[in-house]
Amino acid sequence: MANEEYVTDSSSDFTEYWIDLFLGIKGNEYFCDIDDEYIRDRFNLTGLNQEVSKLPTLIDIITDLVDIESQPEEHRDALEHNARILYGLIHARYILTSRGLNKMFEKYRNGDFGYCPRVHCQLHPLLPIGLNDQPRLNSVKLYCAKCEDFFNPKSGRHSVIDGAYFGTSFPAMFFQNFPQVIPIHSKETYVPKVFGFKLHEYSKLNRWRELQRIKLEKRLTKNGVQISNVVGGFIMEAPEEQSTQEQDVQSQL
Amino acid sequence: MPSDPEEDYIPWIQQFCELFGHDYFVPVAQEFIEDDFNLTGLSSQVPYYREALYTILDYQVETAEDHNDDQTLLNGRSTSTNNTNNTTNNNSNSNSNNNNNNSSNKSAKAELPNKALLAHSAELLYGLIHARYIISKPGLTAMASKFERNEFGSCPRYFCDGMHLIPVGSTDIPGQETVRLYCPCCNDIYIPSSSRYLNIDGAFFGTTFSGLLVKMFPEIENQCRIRINKFNQNDFGLKLFGFKINELSASGPRMKWLKMHPKTEDEKEEYNNCEFSIPVQDIESEGIESEMDDEGDDIDDDDKTMASE
Repeated sequence: MANEEYVTDSSSDFTEYWIDLFLGIKGNEYFCDIDDEYIRDRFNLTGLNQEVSKLPTLIDIITDLVDIESQPEEHRDALEHNARILYGLIHARYILTSRGLNKMFEKYRNGDFGYCPRVHCQLHPLLPIGLNDQPRLNSVKLYCAKCEDFFNPKSGRHSVIDGAYFGTSFPAMFFQNFPQVIPIHSKETYVPKVFGFKLHEYSKLNRWRELQRIKLEKRLTKNGVQISNVVGGFIMEAPEEQSTQEQDVQSQL
Repeated sequence: MPSDPEEDYIPWIQQFCELFGHDYFVPVAQEFIEDDFNLTGLSSQVPYYREALYTILDYQVETAEDHNDDQTLLNGRSTSTNNTNNTTNNNSNSNSNNNNNNSSNKSAKAELPNKALLAHSAELLYGLIHARYIISKPGLTAMASKFERNEFGSCPRYFCDGMHLIPVGSTDIPGQETVRLYCPCCNDIYIPSSSRYLNIDGAFFGTTFSGLLVKMFPEIENQCRIRINKFNQNDFGLKLFGFKINELSASGPRMKWLKMHPKTEDEKEEYNNCEFSIPVQDIESEGIESEMDDEGDDIDDDDKTMASE
């Protein structure tokens, strides 16, 4: 019955769920699957009818109550397209729930979102993030918790995914929920050198940045926040001993 | 391998630069290699230095295989040569089965390298010459146009807005680290996005090149400045339902300093005080006075004159 031609190679012998097909499409590796009950609960979809038309039909398609083939042919493409948008928008909400967070945690642990390209982050796993919660504004970005920076996805397939399908709140929620995976930040920086001499301007900027960090450390310790080699803190060999610009690449733990 | 005196003859250097994953390299000018002064000290770092150099320059080089071929009147494929090597070995008294040791049997041709070894030496030598060449004037120009064409890739960081990257080594000693990419905009180094570059030695580009390129072509720094000013500091950091996370929280912003630039007057003055060292004692005193509760008032008084000690 399910002979979906819109997906490249689906064997039509057995029923394929729409969600499974969607997740199998190349480039959709960042998404996790959403429980049927979550999609069917209309409360969770509040406001989404403004983003897509024919919301009830789309829900039926996503939850396999209605086969897309039973729809008039001229509408199929549009329906499929809208169903994917709707799935993305529900996804952004779902991954903030505890079930969704747990599913994303699995994916995070497997490195499904890739690893931080920054050398000093030592391949820290990334998390997807949107820069806006409105669709069609910005593509998905990747967040590294170690350097707290945003990166563009490596593959072109991923850089066309709408950021709104993950939302701006997801990484923050993720680390509220799983504080144990907040990394210990590395203090290493890079200064370009010419014949072994550091370039002054860059060195000066780095000194200023280090000053900002020391100020931050002072503020934190004054408020009783433990920062030495703990989650959310910094890697330190001996506490309070980092006034010089030691950048031994190997000296991390 | 290298010298094939026919019309489809490709110079070794060109061949090397066209290899898969070697697209970061520029062809080194023949004159540069021929000038012995440029090669000072390399002979001690590269095994079979002379042969490797001749290979790069497409001179005729005798290898162990060639020599054996002459003897056994066989030309060509390494499998057959290896077999004959073994038989010659067995016939002569030595029973060592290592092909590399073959030549040691013949006292006259003792130092001849085999082809694989020579190819490796030539690549090493070329890489080390390359690291020197790209900090010379013609080399810098050649690399700059590669940089201009974005052949080293763009910075993966979102706020760098596709700034072009510069290949860099974290050490000048070969065999230690693979090549990294330096972004002059965020002043950080990245791992190449494609795995094909993960076996390229960083020493073949050296630690000096990136800094020199940035300084030789001020246009690069201009491009960076435009990008840095494009985004404001508020864009950084995580938000939860639109609210920023307090820095006292473990998941709060702790790495803002890493990519910060002095923007306000106070910050600029503070930045100027960092000319030669970090004015730590200043914060010590300031820390006691100011009761910190948010980020607003921690960048306040820097007017105690302590400019340069």
